[in-house]
Amino acid sequence: MKIIKTASAGTLESSDILVTVQPADILKLELESPVLAQYGEQIEETVRTVLTDLGVKAGLITLQDQGALDCTIRARLETAVRRGAEQEV
Amino acid sequence: MKDKVLPSITEALRLTGVKDGMTLSFHHHLRNGDYVLNLVLAAAQKLGLKDLTINASAIFDCHLPLLDLIRDGTVTGLECNYCGALVGKALSSGLLAKPVIFRSHGGRLADLARGSARIDVAFVAAPTADSRGNISGKYGRSACGSLGYAFSDVQNADRVVAVPENLVSYPLTDFSFSETEVDYVVAVERIGDPAGIVSGTTRVTRDPIGLLMADMAAEVIKASGLLLDGFSFQTGAGGASLAVAYAVEKIMLAEGIHGSFASGGITGKLVEMLNKGCFESLLDVQCFDLEAVRSLRENPAHREISASQYASPLAAGAVVDSLDTVILGATEIDPDFNVNVHTNSQGLIMGGSGGHSDTAAGARLAIIIAPLMRARLPLIVDRVQTISTPGRTVDLLVTQYGIAVNPLRAELSARLRDAGLKVMPIEELKHLAEKICGVPKTLKNENRVIAEVLYRDGTVIDTIRQVN
Repeated sequence: MKIIKTASAGTLESSDILVTVQPADILKLELESPVLAQYGEQIEETVRTVLTDLGVKAGLITLQDQGALDCTIRARLETAVRRGAEQEV
Repeated sequence: MKDKVLPSITEALRLTGVKDGMTLSFHHHLRNGDYVLNLVLAAAQKLGLKDLTINASAIFDCHLPLLDLIRDGTVTGLECNYCGALVGKALSSGLLAKPVIFRSHGGRLADLARGSARIDVAFVAAPTADSRGNISGKYGRSACGSLGYAFSDVQNADRVVAVPENLVSYPLTDFSFSETEVDYVVAVERIGDPAGIVSGTTRVTRDPIGLLMADMAAEVIKASGLLLDGFSFQTGAGGASLAVAYAVEKIMLAEGIHGSFASGGITGKLVEMLNKGCFESLLDVQCFDLEAVRSLRENPAHREISASQYASPLAAGAVVDSLDTVILGATEIDPDFNVNVHTNSQGLIMGGSGGHSDTAAGARLAIIIAPLMRARLPLIVDRVQTISTPGRTVDLLVTQYGIAVNPLRAELSARLRDAGLKVMPIEELKHLAEKICGVPKTLKNENRVIAEVLYRDGTVIDTIRQVN
Protein backbone atom coordinates (compact mmCIF):
# COMPACT_ATOMS: atom_id res chain seq x y z
CA MET A 1 0.00 0.00 0.00
CA LYS A 2 1.36 3.43 -0.88
CA ILE A 3 0.63 6.48 1.27
CA ILE A 4 -0.42 9.20 -1.17
CA LYS A 5 -1.90 11.80 1.17
CA THR A 6 -1.82 12.89 4.79
CA ALA A 7 -4.37 11.04 6.89
CA SER A 8 -4.98 10.22 10.53
CA ALA A 9 -6.98 7.99 12.85
CA GLY A 10 -7.52 7.93 16.59
CA THR A 11 -7.70 10.55 19.32
CA LEU A 12 -5.61 11.97 22.15
CA GLU A 13 -7.92 10.48 24.78
CA SER A 14 -6.32 8.37 27.50
CA SER A 15 -5.85 4.75 26.32
CA ASP A 16 -6.10 5.80 22.67
CA ILE A 17 -3.48 6.71 20.10
CA LEU A 18 -3.51 9.35 17.34
CA VAL A 19 -1.77 8.01 14.24
CA THR A 20 -0.90 10.37 11.39
CA VAL A 21 0.59 9.14 8.11
CA GLN A 22 2.20 11.34 5.47
CA PRO A 23 3.81 10.56 2.12
CA ALA A 24 7.63 10.33 2.25
CA ASP A 25 10.50 8.73 0.32
CA ILE A 26 11.61 6.51 3.17
CA LEU A 27 9.86 4.86 6.10
CA LYS A 28 10.17 6.86 9.28
CA LEU A 29 8.46 6.36 12.67
CA GLU A 30 7.99 9.07 15.24
CA LEU A 31 6.68 7.74 18.55
CA GLU A 32 5.78 9.60 21.71
CA SER A 33 4.20 7.76 24.62
CA PRO A 34 3.80 8.06 28.39
CA VAL A 35 4.69 4.36 28.57
CA LEU A 36 7.74 4.60 26.32
CA ALA A 37 10.06 3.20 28.97
CA GLN A 38 7.83 0.19 29.68
CA TYR A 39 6.36 -0.51 26.23
CA GLY A 40 8.36 1.48 23.64
CA GLU A 41 9.96 -1.58 22.05
CA GLN A 42 6.69 -3.52 21.99
CA ILE A 43 4.85 -0.61 20.36
CA GLU A 44 7.51 -0.25 17.67
CA GLU A 45 7.44 -3.97 16.96
CA THR A 46 3.64 -3.89 16.62
CA VAL A 47 3.79 -0.89 14.28
CA ARG A 48 6.44 -2.47 12.05
CA THR A 49 4.45 -5.71 11.83
CA VAL A 50 1.26 -3.88 10.80
CA LEU A 51 3.13 -1.81 8.20
CA THR A 52 4.80 -4.93 6.77
CA ASP A 53 1.47 -6.75 6.62
CA LEU A 54 -0.07 -3.79 4.76
CA GLY A 55 2.90 -3.54 2.41
CA VAL A 56 3.80 0.01 3.46
CA LYS A 57 7.43 0.67 2.48
CA ALA A 58 7.58 4.47 2.78
CA GLY A 59 5.91 7.25 4.72
CA LEU A 60 6.23 9.37 7.82
CA ILE A 61 4.26 7.64 10.57
CA THR A 62 3.61 9.83 13.61
CA LEU A 63 2.30 8.00 16.67
CA GLN A 64 0.97 10.07 19.57
CA ASP A 65 0.27 7.32 22.06
CA GLN A 66 -1.75 7.83 25.22
CA GLY A 67 -1.21 4.35 26.63
CA ALA A 68 -3.23 2.45 24.03
CA LEU A 69 -3.44 -1.34 24.10
CA ASP A 70 -1.87 -3.32 21.27
CA CYS A 71 -5.23 -3.99 19.59
CA THR A 72 -6.00 -0.25 19.56
CA ILE A 73 -2.62 0.61 18.06
CA ARG A 74 -3.13 -1.97 15.28
CA ALA A 75 -6.62 -0.72 14.47
CA ARG A 76 -5.74 2.98 14.48
CA LEU A 77 -2.61 2.45 12.40
CA GLU A 78 -4.33 0.30 9.78
CA THR A 79 -7.16 2.83 9.48
CA ALA A 80 -4.75 5.75 9.08
CA VAL A 81 -2.75 3.89 6.43
CA ARG A 82 -5.88 2.91 4.47
CA ARG A 83 -7.11 6.49 4.57
CA GLY A 84 -3.69 7.76 3.42
CA ALA A 85 -3.63 5.22 0.60
CA GLU A 86 -7.26 5.94 -0.29
CA GLN A 87 -8.06 2.28 0.19
CA GLU A 88 -10.70 2.41 2.87
CA VAL A 89 -12.85 -0.67 3.19
CA MET B 1 1.13 43.21 78.15
CA LYS B 2 3.17 42.54 75.03
CA ASP B 3 1.38 43.47 71.79
CA LYS B 4 1.40 40.36 69.64
CA VAL B 5 0.16 41.97 66.45
CA LEU B 6 2.99 42.69 64.01
CA PRO B 7 2.80 44.72 60.80
CA SER B 8 4.51 42.21 58.51
CA ILE B 9 5.84 38.70 57.98
CA THR B 10 9.30 40.26 57.75
CA GLU B 11 8.92 41.66 61.25
CA ALA B 12 7.76 38.25 62.48
CA LEU B 13 10.83 36.58 60.96
CA ARG B 14 13.04 39.14 62.73
CA LEU B 15 11.34 38.97 66.13
CA THR B 16 11.15 35.15 66.19
CA GLY B 17 14.89 35.15 65.54
CA VAL B 18 14.84 33.14 62.32
CA LYS B 19 18.44 32.55 61.24
CA ASP B 20 20.20 30.68 58.44
CA GLY B 21 19.79 26.92 58.79
CA MET B 22 16.58 27.00 60.82
CA THR B 23 13.40 25.00 60.20
CA LEU B 24 10.06 26.67 59.44
CA SER B 25 6.82 24.70 59.49
CA PHE B 26 3.50 25.01 57.68
CA HIS B 27 0.22 23.09 57.73
CA HIS B 28 -1.64 22.12 54.56
CA HIS B 29 -5.26 22.87 55.42
CA LEU B 30 -5.43 25.47 52.65
CA ARG B 31 -4.42 22.67 50.30
CA ASN B 32 -3.88 23.83 46.71
CA GLY B 33 -5.10 27.35 47.54
CA ASP B 34 -2.42 28.22 50.12
CA TYR B 35 -0.64 31.58 49.86
CA VAL B 36 1.04 31.59 53.28
CA LEU B 37 4.04 29.36 52.60
CA ASN B 38 4.93 31.44 49.53
CA LEU B 39 4.42 34.72 51.44
CA VAL B 40 6.69 33.69 54.31
CA LEU B 41 9.43 32.33 52.06
CA ALA B 42 9.39 35.42 49.83
CA ALA B 43 9.92 37.54 52.96
CA ALA B 44 12.74 35.23 54.11
CA GLN B 45 14.38 35.54 50.71
CA LYS B 46 14.22 39.35 50.88
CA LEU B 47 15.92 39.22 54.28
CA GLY B 48 18.69 37.19 52.67
CA LEU B 49 18.08 34.12 54.84
CA LYS B 50 19.76 30.95 53.55
CA ASP B 51 19.79 27.22 54.17
CA LEU B 52 16.26 27.03 55.60
CA THR B 53 14.46 23.72 55.98
CA ILE B 54 10.72 23.61 55.28
CA ASN B 55 8.73 21.12 57.31
CA ALA B 56 5.22 21.16 55.83
CA SER B 57 2.51 18.59 56.48
CA ALA B 58 2.03 18.69 52.68
CA ILE B 59 3.29 20.56 49.63
CA PHE B 60 0.88 21.31 46.79
CA ASP B 61 1.49 22.63 43.28
CA CYS B 62 0.43 26.12 44.44
CA HIS B 63 3.85 26.08 46.10
CA LEU B 64 5.77 26.07 42.81
CA PRO B 65 7.54 29.36 43.80
CA LEU B 66 9.38 27.19 46.35
CA LEU B 67 11.48 25.85 43.47
CA ASP B 68 13.12 29.24 42.84
CA LEU B 69 13.92 29.56 46.53
CA ILE B 70 15.59 26.16 46.40
CA ARG B 71 17.59 27.24 43.34
CA ASP B 72 18.92 30.36 45.08
CA GLY B 73 19.78 28.57 48.33
CA THR B 74 17.11 30.17 50.53
CA VAL B 75 15.71 26.68 51.09
CA THR B 76 17.99 23.63 51.22
CA GLY B 77 15.85 21.12 53.08
CA LEU B 78 12.30 19.81 52.66
CA GLU B 79 10.27 17.52 54.88
CA CYS B 80 6.64 16.70 54.05
CA ASN B 81 4.00 13.98 54.08
CA TYR B 82 2.78 14.57 50.55
CA CYS B 83 4.03 16.48 47.51
CA GLY B 84 2.06 17.57 44.43
CA ALA B 85 3.10 16.31 41.00
CA LEU B 86 4.55 19.53 39.53
CA VAL B 87 6.76 20.28 42.53
CA GLY B 88 7.47 16.55 42.77
CA LYS B 89 8.72 16.37 39.21
CA ALA B 90 11.22 19.17 39.87
CA LEU B 91 12.39 17.51 43.08
CA SER B 92 12.80 14.23 41.19
CA SER B 93 15.21 15.96 38.82
CA GLY B 94 17.57 16.42 41.76
CA LEU B 95 16.94 20.06 42.64
CA LEU B 96 17.85 19.59 46.31
CA ALA B 97 21.26 18.30 47.41
CA LYS B 98 19.78 16.90 50.63
CA PRO B 99 17.18 14.13 50.25
CA VAL B 100 13.57 15.17 50.78
CA ILE B 101 12.23 13.53 53.94
CA PHE B 102 8.79 11.97 53.44
CA ARG B 103 6.83 10.95 56.49
CA SER B 104 3.26 9.78 57.12
CA HIS B 105 0.87 12.06 58.99
CA GLY B 106 1.34 9.95 62.12
CA GLY B 107 5.08 9.59 61.59
CA ARG B 108 5.57 13.37 61.44
CA LEU B 109 4.07 13.78 64.89
CA ALA B 110 5.99 10.85 66.28
CA ASP B 111 9.27 12.27 64.94
CA LEU B 112 8.46 15.67 66.44
CA ALA B 113 7.76 13.96 69.77
CA ARG B 114 10.95 11.89 69.55
CA GLY B 115 12.98 14.94 68.60
CA SER B 116 14.14 13.45 65.29
CA ALA B 117 12.26 16.31 63.62
CA ARG B 118 12.18 19.80 65.07
CA ILE B 119 10.54 23.12 64.26
CA ASP B 120 12.08 26.47 65.08
CA VAL B 121 9.18 28.65 63.95
CA ALA B 122 5.69 27.55 62.90
CA PHE B 123 3.70 29.83 60.62
CA VAL B 124 0.04 28.96 61.04
CA ALA B 125 -2.28 30.07 58.26
CA ALA B 126 -5.45 31.04 60.12
CA PRO B 127 -8.80 31.65 58.42
CA THR B 128 -9.82 33.55 61.57
CA ALA B 129 -7.91 34.68 64.68
CA ASP B 130 -8.01 37.37 67.32
CA SER B 131 -5.26 39.79 68.28
CA ARG B 132 -3.96 37.47 71.04
CA GLY B 133 -3.66 34.45 68.77
CA ASN B 134 -6.76 32.38 69.40
CA ILE B 135 -7.21 30.59 66.07
CA SER B 136 -10.11 28.94 64.23
CA GLY B 137 -10.46 27.39 60.81
CA LYS B 138 -14.26 27.41 60.91
CA TYR B 139 -14.94 31.05 60.08
CA GLY B 140 -14.08 33.62 57.45
CA ARG B 141 -13.97 33.78 53.69
CA SER B 142 -11.10 31.26 53.60
CA ALA B 143 -12.60 28.86 56.16
CA CYS B 144 -11.05 25.41 55.83
CA GLY B 145 -12.78 23.79 58.82
CA SER B 146 -10.56 21.49 60.84
CA LEU B 147 -6.98 22.61 61.60
CA GLY B 148 -5.99 19.11 62.71
CA TYR B 149 -2.53 19.04 61.17
CA ALA B 150 -1.49 22.35 62.74
CA PHE B 151 -1.84 21.25 66.40
CA SER B 152 1.53 19.49 66.43
CA ASP B 153 3.28 22.51 64.91
CA VAL B 154 1.79 24.84 67.51
CA GLN B 155 2.75 22.48 70.31
CA ASN B 156 6.25 21.60 69.12
CA ALA B 157 7.63 24.79 67.57
CA ASP B 158 9.89 27.06 69.59
CA ARG B 159 7.97 30.07 68.27
CA VAL B 160 4.51 30.28 66.69
CA VAL B 161 3.27 32.97 64.33
CA ALA B 162 -0.44 33.07 63.46
CA VAL B 163 -1.18 34.43 59.99
CA PRO B 164 -4.89 35.29 59.94
CA GLU B 165 -6.94 36.65 57.10
CA ASN B 166 -9.95 37.50 59.25
CA LEU B 167 -8.77 39.32 62.39
CA VAL B 168 -11.62 39.51 64.91
CA SER B 169 -11.92 41.25 68.25
CA TYR B 170 -10.69 39.46 71.35
CA PRO B 171 -11.69 36.89 72.47
CA LEU B 172 -12.42 34.43 69.69
CA THR B 173 -14.06 31.78 71.85
CA ASP B 174 -14.54 28.93 69.39
CA PHE B 175 -10.81 28.43 68.89
CA SER B 176 -8.82 25.37 67.86
CA PHE B 177 -5.60 26.57 69.51
CA SER B 178 -5.46 29.24 72.12
CA GLU B 179 -3.35 32.31 72.71
CA THR B 180 -1.24 30.33 75.20
CA GLU B 181 0.76 28.84 72.34
CA VAL B 182 0.95 31.77 69.92
CA ASP B 183 3.76 34.35 70.05
CA TYR B 184 2.82 36.74 67.26
CA VAL B 185 -0.07 37.58 64.94
CA VAL B 186 0.43 38.96 61.43
CA ALA B 187 -2.81 39.72 59.59
CA VAL B 188 -2.64 39.48 55.79
CA GLU B 189 -5.17 40.42 53.16
CA ARG B 190 -5.53 36.90 51.77
CA ILE B 191 -4.23 33.60 53.16
CA GLY B 192 -5.35 31.71 50.10
CA ASP B 193 -7.67 31.17 47.20
CA PRO B 194 -10.95 29.71 48.54
CA ALA B 195 -11.44 27.81 45.25
CA GLY B 196 -8.27 25.82 45.94
CA ILE B 197 -8.86 25.41 49.68
CA VAL B 198 -12.03 23.32 49.66
CA SER B 199 -14.28 22.09 46.90
CA GLY B 200 -17.76 23.55 46.70
CA THR B 201 -19.11 20.04 46.58
CA THR B 202 -17.21 16.79 46.24
CA ARG B 203 -18.78 14.83 43.41
CA VAL B 204 -18.84 11.07 43.18
CA THR B 205 -17.27 9.42 40.14
CA ARG B 206 -19.44 8.49 37.17
CA ASP B 207 -16.76 6.16 35.84
CA PRO B 208 -18.50 2.75 35.60
CA ILE B 209 -15.31 0.91 36.57
CA GLY B 210 -14.98 3.07 39.69
CA LEU B 211 -18.61 2.45 40.62
CA LEU B 212 -18.24 -1.30 40.04
CA MET B 213 -15.16 -1.44 42.29
CA ALA B 214 -16.94 0.63 44.94
CA ASP B 215 -19.83 -1.87 45.03
CA MET B 216 -17.33 -4.72 45.27
CA ALA B 217 -15.54 -3.00 48.16
CA ALA B 218 -18.85 -2.51 50.01
CA GLU B 219 -19.64 -6.21 49.50
CA VAL B 220 -16.21 -7.07 50.91
CA ILE B 221 -16.85 -4.94 54.01
CA LYS B 222 -20.19 -6.63 54.51
CA ALA B 223 -18.75 -10.12 54.04
CA SER B 224 -15.85 -9.35 56.39
CA GLY B 225 -18.24 -9.36 59.33
CA LEU B 226 -17.29 -5.83 60.43
CA LEU B 227 -20.37 -4.05 59.12
CA LEU B 228 -22.37 -4.25 62.35
CA ASP B 229 -23.71 -1.70 64.85
CA GLY B 230 -20.68 0.28 66.04
CA PHE B 231 -18.95 0.12 62.65
CA SER B 232 -16.21 2.71 62.00
CA PHE B 233 -15.05 3.79 58.59
CA GLN B 234 -12.63 5.99 56.69
CA THR B 235 -12.41 6.75 52.99
CA GLY B 236 -11.04 9.43 50.70
CA ALA B 237 -12.61 12.16 48.60
CA GLY B 238 -11.39 11.04 45.20
CA GLY B 239 -12.64 8.69 42.49
CA ALA B 240 -13.75 5.28 43.62
CA SER B 241 -13.01 5.95 47.33
CA LEU B 242 -15.90 8.36 47.69
CA ALA B 243 -18.15 6.00 45.74
CA VAL B 244 -17.50 3.36 48.40
CA ALA B 245 -19.18 5.65 50.95
CA TYR B 246 -22.34 5.68 48.78
CA ALA B 247 -22.26 1.90 48.45
CA VAL B 248 -21.70 1.36 52.19
CA GLU B 249 -24.45 3.84 53.05
CA LYS B 250 -26.89 1.90 50.92
CA ILE B 251 -26.20 -1.31 52.83
CA MET B 252 -26.24 0.43 56.24
CA LEU B 253 -29.62 2.08 55.57
CA ALA B 254 -31.16 -1.05 54.08
CA GLU B 255 -30.08 -3.19 57.04
CA GLY B 256 -30.56 -0.54 59.74
CA ILE B 257 -26.92 -0.60 60.85
CA HIS B 258 -25.88 2.19 63.23
CA GLY B 259 -22.16 2.81 63.00
CA SER B 260 -19.90 4.52 65.49
CA PHE B 261 -17.72 7.02 63.61
CA ALA B 262 -16.15 8.04 60.32
CA SER B 263 -12.71 9.65 60.47
CA GLY B 264 -9.94 11.33 58.54
CA GLY B 265 -10.62 13.77 55.74
CA ILE B 266 -14.34 14.53 55.85
CA THR B 267 -16.60 15.13 52.84
CA GLY B 268 -20.21 16.24 52.53
CA LYS B 269 -21.11 12.60 51.86
CA LEU B 270 -19.90 11.52 55.30
CA VAL B 271 -21.81 14.47 56.80
CA GLU B 272 -24.93 13.17 55.06
CA MET B 273 -24.30 9.69 56.46
CA LEU B 274 -23.92 11.20 59.96
CA ASN B 275 -27.21 13.04 59.56
CA LYS B 276 -28.98 9.89 58.34
CA GLY B 277 -27.82 8.00 61.42
CA CYS B 278 -25.18 5.81 59.77
CA PHE B 279 -22.63 7.18 62.28
CA GLU B 280 -22.75 8.65 65.78
CA SER B 281 -19.92 11.07 65.09
CA LEU B 282 -17.30 12.34 62.66
CA LEU B 283 -13.68 12.69 63.79
CA ASP B 284 -12.34 15.31 61.43
CA VAL B 285 -8.66 16.00 60.86
CA GLN B 286 -9.37 17.83 57.59
CA CYS B 287 -12.42 19.12 55.70
CA PHE B 288 -12.58 18.42 51.97
CA ASP B 289 -15.62 20.52 51.05
CA LEU B 290 -17.82 23.39 52.22
CA GLU B 291 -20.51 21.07 53.56
CA ALA B 292 -17.94 19.47 55.88
CA VAL B 293 -16.83 22.95 57.05
CA ARG B 294 -20.42 23.94 57.77
CA SER B 295 -21.16 20.72 59.64
CA LEU B 296 -17.99 21.04 61.76
CA ARG B 297 -19.07 24.56 62.70
CA GLU B 298 -22.64 23.63 63.58
CA ASN B 299 -22.85 20.02 64.73
CA PRO B 300 -21.20 19.00 68.04
CA ALA B 301 -21.18 15.36 66.85
CA HIS B 302 -18.77 16.47 64.12
CA ARG B 303 -15.54 16.95 66.02
CA GLU B 304 -12.20 18.42 65.04
CA ILE B 305 -9.29 16.20 66.08
CA SER B 306 -5.55 16.83 66.05
CA ALA B 307 -3.34 14.86 63.72
CA SER B 308 -1.81 13.23 66.82
CA GLN B 309 -5.17 11.93 67.91
CA TYR B 310 -5.83 10.87 64.33
CA ALA B 311 -2.71 8.89 63.59
CA SER B 312 0.28 9.18 65.93
CA PRO B 313 1.93 5.84 66.72
CA LEU B 314 3.36 7.36 69.92
CA ALA B 315 0.20 8.96 71.32
CA ALA B 316 -1.45 7.08 74.20
CA GLY B 317 -4.46 6.71 71.90
CA ALA B 318 -5.12 7.32 68.22
CA VAL B 319 -8.29 7.07 66.14
CA VAL B 320 -6.67 4.88 63.47
CA ASP B 321 -6.28 2.13 66.09
CA SER B 322 -10.06 2.08 66.66
CA LEU B 323 -10.87 2.02 62.96
CA ASP B 324 -12.70 -0.99 61.49
CA THR B 325 -12.26 -0.30 57.78
CA VAL B 326 -10.24 2.08 55.65
CA ILE B 327 -10.44 2.49 51.88
CA LEU B 328 -7.12 3.46 50.26
CA GLY B 329 -5.73 4.01 46.78
CA ALA B 330 -2.52 2.89 45.08
CA THR B 331 -0.43 3.82 42.07
CA GLU B 332 1.27 0.41 42.26
CA ILE B 333 0.97 -2.72 44.39
CA ASP B 334 3.14 -5.84 44.34
CA PRO B 335 2.50 -9.52 45.10
CA ASP B 336 3.59 -8.90 48.72
CA PHE B 337 0.85 -6.22 48.89
CA ASN B 338 3.38 -3.38 49.31
CA VAL B 339 1.75 -0.19 48.06
CA ASN B 340 3.25 2.83 46.30
CA VAL B 341 1.51 6.20 46.54
CA HIS B 342 4.69 8.32 46.26
CA THR B 343 5.87 7.93 42.66
CA ASN B 344 4.31 7.49 39.23
CA SER B 345 5.16 4.96 36.53
CA GLN B 346 8.21 7.00 35.53
CA GLY B 347 9.49 7.11 39.10
CA LEU B 348 8.62 10.81 39.52
CA ILE B 349 7.37 12.07 42.90
CA MET B 350 3.62 12.75 42.63
CA GLY B 351 2.10 12.21 46.06
CA GLY B 352 2.98 10.77 49.42
CA SER B 353 1.68 8.68 52.25
CA GLY B 354 -0.45 11.23 54.05
CA GLY B 355 -2.36 8.93 56.40
CA HIS B 356 -2.09 5.90 54.07
CA SER B 357 0.37 3.84 56.09
CA ASP B 358 -1.05 5.02 59.43
CA THR B 359 -4.61 3.91 58.68
CA ALA B 360 -3.43 0.70 57.02
CA ALA B 361 -1.49 -0.17 60.18
CA GLY B 362 -4.34 0.73 62.51
CA ALA B 363 -7.51 -0.45 60.77
CA ARG B 364 -8.82 -3.99 61.20
CA LEU B 365 -9.50 -4.10 57.46
CA ALA B 366 -7.32 -2.05 55.08
CA ILE B 367 -8.73 -2.21 51.55
CA ILE B 368 -6.82 -0.99 48.52
CA ILE B 369 -9.12 -0.06 45.64
CA ALA B 370 -7.64 0.63 42.21
CA PRO B 371 -8.25 -0.28 38.56
CA LEU B 372 -6.22 -3.26 37.32
CA MET B 373 -4.63 -1.02 34.73
CA ARG B 374 -4.45 2.69 34.00
CA ALA B 375 -4.18 3.30 30.28
CA ARG B 376 -1.71 0.52 29.43
CA LEU B 377 0.08 0.26 32.77
CA PRO B 378 -0.75 -2.67 35.04
CA LEU B 379 -1.39 -1.82 38.69
CA ILE B 380 0.32 -4.96 39.98
CA VAL B 381 4.06 -4.95 39.39
CA ASP B 382 6.87 -7.33 40.38
CA ARG B 383 8.09 -4.83 42.96
CA VAL B 384 6.65 -1.38 43.68
CA GLN B 385 9.09 1.40 42.83
CA THR B 386 8.55 2.99 46.23
CA ILE B 387 7.19 1.26 49.32
CA SER B 388 4.84 3.77 50.93
CA THR B 389 2.86 1.24 52.94
CA PRO B 390 4.27 -2.20 53.83
CA GLY B 391 2.29 -5.19 52.56
CA ARG B 392 1.95 -6.77 55.99
CA THR B 393 -0.48 -3.94 56.92
CA VAL B 394 -2.62 -4.28 53.78
CA ASP B 395 -5.47 -6.81 53.90
CA LEU B 396 -6.81 -6.92 50.39
CA LEU B 397 -6.99 -5.43 46.93
CA VAL B 398 -10.21 -4.71 45.01
CA THR B 399 -9.96 -4.32 41.23
CA GLN B 400 -12.70 -4.41 38.62
CA TYR B 401 -11.57 -7.93 37.64
CA GLY B 402 -11.55 -9.45 41.09
CA ILE B 403 -10.39 -9.34 44.69
CA ALA B 404 -7.01 -10.49 46.01
CA VAL B 405 -6.61 -11.17 49.73
CA ASN B 406 -3.25 -10.96 51.48
CA PRO B 407 -2.18 -14.58 52.16
CA LEU B 408 -1.55 -13.48 55.78
CA ARG B 409 -5.36 -13.17 56.08
CA ALA B 410 -6.52 -16.69 55.22
CA GLU B 411 -9.60 -16.45 57.45
CA LEU B 412 -10.74 -13.28 55.67
CA SER B 413 -10.23 -14.95 52.32
CA ALA B 414 -12.46 -17.84 53.38
CA ARG B 415 -15.20 -15.46 54.55
CA LEU B 416 -15.21 -13.63 51.23
CA ARG B 417 -15.28 -16.86 49.24
CA ASP B 418 -18.17 -18.13 51.36
CA ALA B 419 -20.04 -14.94 50.51
CA GLY B 420 -19.60 -15.74 46.82
CA LEU B 421 -17.11 -12.95 46.07
CA LYS B 422 -14.63 -13.29 43.24
CA VAL B 423 -11.43 -13.91 45.22
CA MET B 424 -8.28 -14.89 43.35
CA PRO B 425 -4.53 -14.94 44.00
CA ILE B 426 -2.87 -11.57 43.36
CA GLU B 427 -0.51 -13.31 40.92
CA GLU B 428 -3.53 -14.31 38.82
CA LEU B 429 -4.75 -10.70 38.65
CA LYS B 430 -1.23 -9.62 37.69
CA HIS B 431 -1.09 -12.22 34.93
CA LEU B 432 -4.51 -11.17 33.64
CA ALA B 433 -3.40 -7.52 33.31
CA GLU B 434 -0.20 -8.56 31.55
CA LYS B 435 -2.20 -10.64 29.08
CA ILE B 436 -4.18 -7.51 28.18
CA CYS B 437 -1.39 -4.90 28.36
CA GLY B 438 1.76 -6.89 27.61
CA VAL B 439 4.52 -7.39 30.17
CA PRO B 440 6.05 -3.98 30.96
CA LYS B 441 9.81 -3.60 30.91
CA THR B 442 11.14 -3.10 34.43
CA LEU B 443 12.82 0.26 34.87
CA LYS B 444 16.27 0.28 36.43
CA ASN B 445 17.35 3.39 38.28
CA GLU B 446 20.69 3.60 40.03
CA ASN B 447 20.82 7.40 40.22
CA ARG B 448 21.39 9.42 43.38
CA VAL B 449 18.83 9.11 46.19
CA ILE B 450 16.77 12.32 46.23
CA ALA B 451 14.17 11.36 48.85
CA GLU B 452 13.83 9.08 51.85
CA VAL B 453 10.51 7.60 52.88
CA LEU B 454 10.24 7.21 56.64
CA TYR B 455 7.72 4.77 58.06
CA ARG B 456 5.62 5.77 61.06
CA ASP B 457 8.15 4.11 63.40
CA GLY B 458 10.84 6.50 62.13
CA THR B 459 12.79 3.92 60.11
CA VAL B 460 13.64 4.43 56.43
CA ILE B 461 11.23 2.14 54.59
CA ASP B 462 12.42 3.09 51.09
CA THR B 463 14.31 5.67 49.04
CA ILE B 464 13.40 7.53 45.84
CA ARG B 465 16.00 8.12 43.15
CA GLN B 466 16.65 10.95 40.74
CA VAL B 467 14.97 10.68 37.33
CA ASN B 468 16.83 12.31 34.48
